[in-house]
Amino acid sequence: MELATIWFVLIALLWFGYLFLEGFDFGVGMLLHVLGRDDTERRVMVNTIGPVWDGNEVWMIVAVGATFAAFPSWYASLLSGAFLPVLVILLALIGRGVAFEYRGKVDSARWRRNWDRVILLGSWLPPLGWGLVLTATVVGLPLNARGDLVGGPIALLRWETLLGALAVAGFSLVHGAVFTALKTEGEIRDCARRLALQVGPFALLPLAGLLGFSLLGGAIVLTLGALALWRLSIGREGQAFALLGGLAAAAIATLFGSLYPDVLPSTLDTAFSLTVANASASPYTLTVMTWVAGFGTPAVLAYQAWTYWVFRQRIGTRHIPAVHTP
Amino acid sequence: MEVLDIARWQFGITTVYHFLMVPLTIGLSLLVAGMQTAWHRTGNPKYLAMTKFWGKLMLINFAMGVVTGIVQEFQFGMSWSEYSRFVGDVFGSLLAIEGLVAFFVESTFLGLWIFGWSRLSRRVHLACIWAASLATVASAYFILSANSWMQHPVGATLGPNGRPQLRSIGDLLTNSTVLAAFPHTMFGALAVAAALLVGVSVWHLARRKGTDTPVWRASVKLGGWVGVIAFAGVALTGDLQSKLMFEQQPMKMAAAEALCHTEKPAGFSIFAVGDVTRADCESVKSVTVPALLSFLANSDLNSEVKGVEDLVKIYKAKYGENYPNDPRMGSFAGKPIEYVPNLPVTYWGFRLMIGFGALAALASAAALWLTRRGRLPKGRWFVWAALGGIATPFLANSFGWIFTEMGRQPFVVVPNPSGVDGVWMYTAQAVSAISTTEALISLISLTTLYGVLAVVEFFLLRRYAMAGVAGVMPPKPEEPDEGENKKSDDVLAFAY
Repeated sequence: MELATIWFVLIALLWFGYLFLEGFDFGVGMLLHVLGRDDTERRVMVNTIGPVWDGNEVWMIVAVGATFAAFPSWYASLLSGAFLPVLVILLALIGRGVAFEYRGKVDSARWRRNWDRVILLGSWLPPLGWGLVLTATVVGLPLNARGDLVGGPIALLRWETLLGALAVAGFSLVHGAVFTALKTEGEIRDCARRLALQVGPFALLPLAGLLGFSLLGGAIVLTLGALALWRLSIGREGQAFALLGGLAAAAIATLFGSLYPDVLPSTLDTAFSLTVANASASPYTLTVMTWVAGFGTPAVLAYQAWTYWVFRQRIGTRHIPAVHTP
Repeated sequence: MEVLDIARWQFGITTVYHFLMVPLTIGLSLLVAGMQTAWHRTGNPKYLAMTKFWGKLMLINFAMGVVTGIVQEFQFGMSWSEYSRFVGDVFGSLLAIEGLVAFFVESTFLGLWIFGWSRLSRRVHLACIWAASLATVASAYFILSANSWMQHPVGATLGPNGRPQLRSIGDLLTNSTVLAAFPHTMFGALAVAAALLVGVSVWHLARRKGTDTPVWRASVKLGGWVGVIAFAGVALTGDLQSKLMFEQQPMKMAAAEALCHTEKPAGFSIFAVGDVTRADCESVKSVTVPALLSFLANSDLNSEVKGVEDLVKIYKAKYGENYPNDPRMGSFAGKPIEYVPNLPVTYWGFRLMIGFGALAALASAAALWLTRRGRLPKGRWFVWAALGGIATPFLANSFGWIFTEMGRQPFVVVPNPSGVDGVWMYTAQAVSAISTTEALISLISLTTLYGVLAVVEFFLLRRYAMAGVAGVMPPKPEEPDEGENKKSDDVLAFAY
């Protein structure tokens, strides 16, 4: 396989890693008020993802950075073309990251309530935004010969991209509920499981619809989703979580597979489309990057897996220490 | 305003803001790692208290550094897409490597450190803070390599598509510019952390309350010494950098000195009276140290240093008199190129950087002297000076960056005078084809959010700094009954 194609696959893998990992921590944030009815329960929720959300977010940073390095034109056209949605994602992520760290720093109900709102917004907007942006790179944008968006931000709004937004948000919601069921004990765990079973079929529907163009992809996603909910209903939360990972992998594979060999099609003229061949960096850059990724990726997988192992314990309200602030 | 101006303001504001957090993160995480090592080796509870206290301040700040860093990576593509297309092959690779080998380590091991108290063995827990803080150092190295390439492009050739192509990643990572900029930045980061240690500790010592005097005394010692050493390092590496700059970006240094005419020998301007805004410089009266500039530039008291006027002639001959007559250049199309950077900003930026750096060192030295051999600092003036001293290295860093970035205008990638043909780019060419409205929405929303968060962070840092050790170390709980022993063990050692 050509190096540029390898990097296309690697970028797809990085996005999978991101949606799989940060997907659940977005979901936990989305459900903060639904599953956490008082402050201690909300602290349980936040602490299920406390040690890992930052590491999860780096998958996005590396996916975008790798796109910059391996496909500069793709990076440039997509981020400038999707300027406003990307800005909303950034604003939301800024608030969210700070909110996790700051919400418990002052012992005041009002202080916590405000940061919880930031977490809520910060957990809904990025999956919606990324769903829109990633779908836009698959269905294409009205790009001119220079690779610049024509027609302003409105050109991003199509039924596919809006469905994509709902698809990623819906997936994150279910994934977060299943993760909460997997990581907590007591009442929160039961609530999370019930919620995932009730809401799951509907929340996964946009994703199945988005993949409707591919019978195989759509079928795999529906099957894995159904399996996941079944395993969850009999209390096998870990298996349900893994099956949702398979679902995310199938969705990313279907979307990126249908995109190849384009990386960002132009809807104005196929001659303006960015492809793996015409948007990629030089062979030398790709070689250097391949070496770095060849050594770096296994290490990342190893130590991140270890983190999940260290913090594998289920937590409940009885594990939460008393608030201590100056 | 045009998109170009808005995008430049946004880049300037977000970068200077990000770089308020970053040096504190780098410096403080290294010092905290050192404190925890001291605790690990001696078992002295004083060092544990220091680790917890300064570690908390580090974390309050760390969160902001992380989230504002994401904006930095994204805005190249959002607002500077022409730049990204042009340099992605070279510049993008450094960003990707930074993410893959530094950010992953930093974020993962920081999470392990925050939540791993009593969950990990002490040795492993200690290794986590070292991994996280060394990753911040590595991250600084990669991003400074990227920045240094913009100041002095090496390791690339012009490819067949008219864009630079990476030729040697090794050349990028050993660029003479980054070899000088990296230690300079690291010492600057340590100076920031040192000033915080000194300021907060002196405040606590002067109150003469509480039982934590050993903690503050050890902190003020550590901060004082690190501050003094960091200043020496900053000065030495700064000298190295300026020598390189005379060679690589002579216009920047001439502007920094408001040196209009070529002089031999050239004097170093300490203070200028009059109008430095005009490139003709006739109105500028400058207090100079004779021949010092020649020495700084070439280590030779009698050498020639080129002035702005002569350099403009050279630049025009080499890179043309006018911008390309391309509609993409907006209002710059076909206009004459202004090769002289903003003189007051470069001139005063350079002096404020050095001045505030020196003030920070002075505060450190004074703190060491006034707390020597068990003495406690006396006098409100000194407490205020130490608290004010916290701001000085931040200001020095900010002015340093403003100077070095504004000083390379009108280029975003400065041509390398000793090679790499054609690898340079005007800032005016680099901007995205977005609308003014989009750019303005972005500038206003980011600035507003940053402003609000600055207030929150300052409020929290102040609150925790004033609360002292008691604020981060809850008093030991009452001895539990036998039966309850297991249950209390179950409570997490740390939770959000």
